[in-house]
Amino acid sequence: MKILPCPINGPRPIQEFQFGGELRYMPDPQQASDEQWADYIFNRAGEPGVKREWWNHIPSGTWFIAERDNVTDTILCTYLYGERSDEDGSR
Amino acid sequence: MPYRLLRFALSKKYPEPRMFRAPTALKSEYDVVIIGGGGHGLAAAYYLAKEHGITNVAVLEKGYLGGGGTGRNTAIVRSNYLTEAGVRFYNASLELFQDLSRELDFNLFYSERGHFTLAHSSASLRTQRWRAETNKHLGIDSEVVSPEFIKKTIPEIDLTCGGHQAPIYGALFHPPGAIARHDAVAWAYARGADSRGVEIHQQTGVTGIDIRDGKVAGVETTRGTIKTRQVLSAVAGWTTHITKMTGLRTPLVVHPLQALVTEPLKPWLNHIVVSAVLHTYLSQSSRGELVAGASLDPYELMSHRSTLDFAESISGHMLDLFPCLGQIKVLRQWAGRSDMTPDFSPIMGRTPIEGFYLDAGWGTWGFKATPISGYTMAHTIAHGREHELIRSFTLDRFRQFRLVGEKGAASVGH
Repeated sequence: MKILPCPINGPRPIQEFQFGGELRYMPDPQQASDEQWADYIFNRAGEPGVKREWWNHIPSGTWFIAERDNVTDTILCTYLYGERSDEDGSR
Repeated sequence: MPYRLLRFALSKKYPEPRMFRAPTALKSEYDVVIIGGGGHGLAAAYYLAKEHGITNVAVLEKGYLGGGGTGRNTAIVRSNYLTEAGVRFYNASLELFQDLSRELDFNLFYSERGHFTLAHSSASLRTQRWRAETNKHLGIDSEVVSPEFIKKTIPEIDLTCGGHQAPIYGALFHPPGAIARHDAVAWAYARGADSRGVEIHQQTGVTGIDIRDGKVAGVETTRGTIKTRQVLSAVAGWTTHITKMTGLRTPLVVHPLQALVTEPLKPWLNHIVVSAVLHTYLSQSSRGELVAGASLDPYELMSHRSTLDFAESISGHMLDLFPCLGQIKVLRQWAGRSDMTPDFSPIMGRTPIEGFYLDAGWGTWGFKATPISGYTMAHTIAHGREHELIRSFTLDRFRQFRLVGEKGAASVGH
């Protein structure tokens, strides 16, 4: 059984989680060009490697970030959004 | 007699016939380099040589021919899609498939079965009516049928789904729906391309693409560097590995899709049965095995691992539809890579890099498109602009907000 450690609830079976896609930052809709906006809406970092992703622990409704290798399916770490200072999100 | 047979076997006069040559060295330059020796890449090579006389072509395959999506799909061919672009494209493919065994002189075991997409709610029945009307308008044999018709055609089916799921309200029935032997499609195209002069290099991975001033100049491989001005990436589930080398951004994300086969049974299931609610599509191969595919795995992953979750859920759903399968054993299970696009349509044609062509985004709909994608990509490369059937599918549709929402794709909830 695949286990994912929830930052609030500890290790839980992966069936309790929902995948929310990669962590992305929205450009300012007033400032962004059509091209930047289209890139934000559609394009993804789909290549192999370690990705930051949104995950949701469904029973407790906890959304958090997981760093995961999308080739080996190894979870490197999980944490709540905003807990890491290296996030460049301004919101 | 055994002696004569032995002499025949050992004689150099009658060597064992090979499907295609195994060229030893790469040339320093090709007119076109095709990355990916699956059905799509080999079909493109075949049509480049046959239709356009371009034979100085190398197909580079990292592993073995047909070892990716070509050998991992559930081999279903149909054209009852929902968008006009999709219907026209997949129907052109189906028409090529119908005559392909003869054209390639190779038995592809193309078998027309009739394709049922089951509806478990009035909402999905409504979508199916929409699909049927779009299909009929474009000349496709497709209609909504009643539960009585389904039961009469497939007596083994349980219309109540064992009471575990919503019952079957009806289905979209598509008589030309077919299955084919997917490996043979790759081999036959390989032989056809090879006999026209195309070189097929297996065990040759691409490690880089040389781009100068926005134009393709060459390809770096595990066996040396090649000069070329035209590269076709036809690697489906591996596309993001290649686009990473070029710096192109795409909407592609890769999810595994799992499938299994049961032990062989006497022929009993003549049709292809698909249920989106039960995440199942089921057919019986010409060897008698039941081939079952599921929906996409719930999160992104570039691996071919199989899971017990999948085996458990699809077995349960197969039993919901066909309780008679209770004693049947699963023979093997596997996974393939689905490179998904947000609108469930492929990405085909030119890219912002001159000479770099994409044949990607094949998600769960790649096998059935094999002949037509080869045909249209060959046309695109030979003429430097997209064939009319694939004009809606170019990469720049995402920049122009011109999506082709294809809700008729397999394993897609609608």
